[in-house]
Amino acid sequence: MATFFGEVLSVYSRAVEEDDDDLDDENEDERIHREIEEKREVHIVWCPEVAQSLEDSGSNKLQCSDLIIAVGTNAAGFLSAYVLNTESWDAVGHVSLWNERSRGSSRQSIAPLPGEPACLFYRHRDNPAVLVCQSTCYIAEDQLFQWTEKVFGCLQKRGLSVMVLSDSPVAEYKTPDYLYGSAVPFLRSLKSSASKGQALCPALEQPNILTGLPAAVLSHCQVHQIPAVLYQCYTDVISPDSITMETFKPALLCLSKLVKLEPCLSADVLRKFAIITEAQSNLYT
Amino acid sequence: MFVAAECTPTSFKGFTLIMPAISVGNVGQLAVDLIVSTLNMCRVGYIHTDCLIPMAGNNPYATFAENANDLSTNAEVYSSPELRLAVLQIRTPIIQTKSKKFCKLMVSWIKASGFSRTVVLSSSHAYQRDDQQLLGSPLRYLQTPSMQKVTGDRLKEMDWKEMETVSTFPGVTDSEQRLYIPGGGATKGLFTDSCAEDIPLVVVLIFCSEGDNIPDAFTLLNHLNTWLHLVDAPAQTQPKWRIPASWRLLFGSGIPPALF
Repeated sequence: MATFFGEVLSVYSRAVEEDDDDLDDENEDERIHREIEEKREVHIVWCPEVAQSLEDSGSNKLQCSDLIIAVGTNAAGFLSAYVLNTESWDAVGHVSLWNERSRGSSRQSIAPLPGEPACLFYRHRDNPAVLVCQSTCYIAEDQLFQWTEKVFGCLQKRGLSVMVLSDSPVAEYKTPDYLYGSAVPFLRSLKSSASKGQALCPALEQPNILTGLPAAVLSHCQVHQIPAVLYQCYTDVISPDSITMETFKPALLCLSKLVKLEPCLSADVLRKFAIITEAQSNLYT
Repeated sequence: MFVAAECTPTSFKGFTLIMPAISVGNVGQLAVDLIVSTLNMCRVGYIHTDCLIPMAGNNPYATFAENANDLSTNAEVYSSPELRLAVLQIRTPIIQTKSKKFCKLMVSWIKASGFSRTVVLSSSHAYQRDDQQLLGSPLRYLQTPSMQKVTGDRLKEMDWKEMETVSTFPGVTDSEQRLYIPGGGATKGLFTDSCAEDIPLVVVLIFCSEGDNIPDAFTLLNHLNTWLHLVDAPAQTQPKWRIPASWRLLFGSGIPPALF
C-alpha cells in the first residue's frame, strides 16, 4: 500500500505471511528442511528402570492412572512446593528437544541441570501409576503436537486421567469489564468432554482460548476421549511468585486423593521456589 | 487425521463440504462461524494433525449454559444431515513448513470421504488488485475441471466473476498466465492439488484488507447463499445470520476507566 510520501509499504496481515505463495523446493532445500526437522525432533529420555518397564510391557506403554502436567514457572513451583516436596517422588525422565530459544546450537545430550528450563518427569514411589511432568522450557509451535503424541504414546490410555496446571499473563484474558488489581491472580478451568467431575473454579469463558502446551494436551485428550481437566492461573507478575503459586490450591483437593501432600507451607518454603528477580539493568553500576 | 466425535461412524458420501482457507482478514473462518452458528450444526469430528498450531477453548457457539462447556479444538467438522452439508472450521494458522503437507492431507480426506463438492471460502489482498479489479464486485470464484462437469456454467450464468490470472513475467507481453492469490494462504495449494486429484472444488473469495472483517464475511456468505441457498431469504432482502458468542471482544478487553 502506498503512503502519502509515495513509498510503498507491505501490508501486515494477522492471518497470512508474505511469502505464502509458491514454495517450490529444490532437492537441496529439501535436504536442509529434513535436517532442520531432525534437529527439532522431540525425544523422551527415560531412566533405565522405566525404559526397562516399557520394554517389558510388550505394548511399549506404561501403566498410568494419573498424569499431572505443570506448564510454566508458577505451576511448576506450586507442584514443587506442595507435591514434590514430600520426597516420595523419583525423577524418571526428561524431554530432550531443541528450538530457537534453547541454549546452545543443538540438542543437549545430558540431562538438564536443576534450575534450568526443562521438561521433567517424576513418579510416585508408593503409587507408580501417578506421574508428574514439570515443563518450564519453551516448546515451539511445531513441536507441541509431537511432544503430546510422544508422551501419550508411552502411556496406556485405559484408566488414564490428566490434570494440567498452567499460568498465563492476565493481559491475555479478555473480559468486558476492566479487571482491578485485587481480582488478580485467579483460576479458570477447562475440561475435556470425557471428564465427568466438577471443576473447582469457574470455566474459562469465551472468547478466551488456550494456546501452547496446555492446548496441545487438552486437544489430544478431547480427541482421544481421555478425561482431562485444566486449571489456568491468570497473573499479573511475569516471574515466579508465591501468591500466584498459592492460587493453584483448589487443585490440591483432587491431588490429595492420589498422593500425600504438604497441606500447609510456610511463606519461607514458598519463597524458596519463587526466584526473586533482582534489578539487573542499573545504568550506574 | 479425521477422528469421529462419537463412537458411531459418520458418512459424508454425497455431502457438500464448506471449509475456510486461512487468508487475509480471516474472512473464510468468520463466514464458516456464521454458517455453523446459524444452522445450529453439531460437531461430528475433529481434524487431528500436526500441521496446525494447537488451540483449545470452550464452545464458541454456546447458546445456553448447558452447552457452554464443551471443549473445542483447532479444527472441527460439523454436520447437518438434513441439508447434506458438512462444514470444517479451522481456527489456527497452518505451521509454515507444513503448508504443502496440509493441502495433501485435506485433499486425501476430501477424496476418501466422498464429498460431492467442496467449497473453499477465502480472501485475497485488496491492495494487489489491478485496475480492472478495482471496479465492480470484489467477489471471485475458481472451479476445478471436475467441478465444471458438475455445475457446468451455472456460476457464470449467475454473473459470478472468475478469478483473473496474472502474467508470470509482468510487463512482458505474451508471457504465460498463472494463478496468483496473494494473501490467500493455502488457497492456491488446495486448488491446484484438487485439480490434480480430480476433486470437484470451488473457491469463493473476496478482495479485502485487514481490519474489522465482519462485513466482508457477511458479503462473502450472502454471495455464497445465492448459489447454495443455505438459509432462506425473502426476495430482495439479505438472509439473517446468527453471530456466535465467541465474536465478543474481537478487538480486546474493556477499557480501564482510569485511562480517561
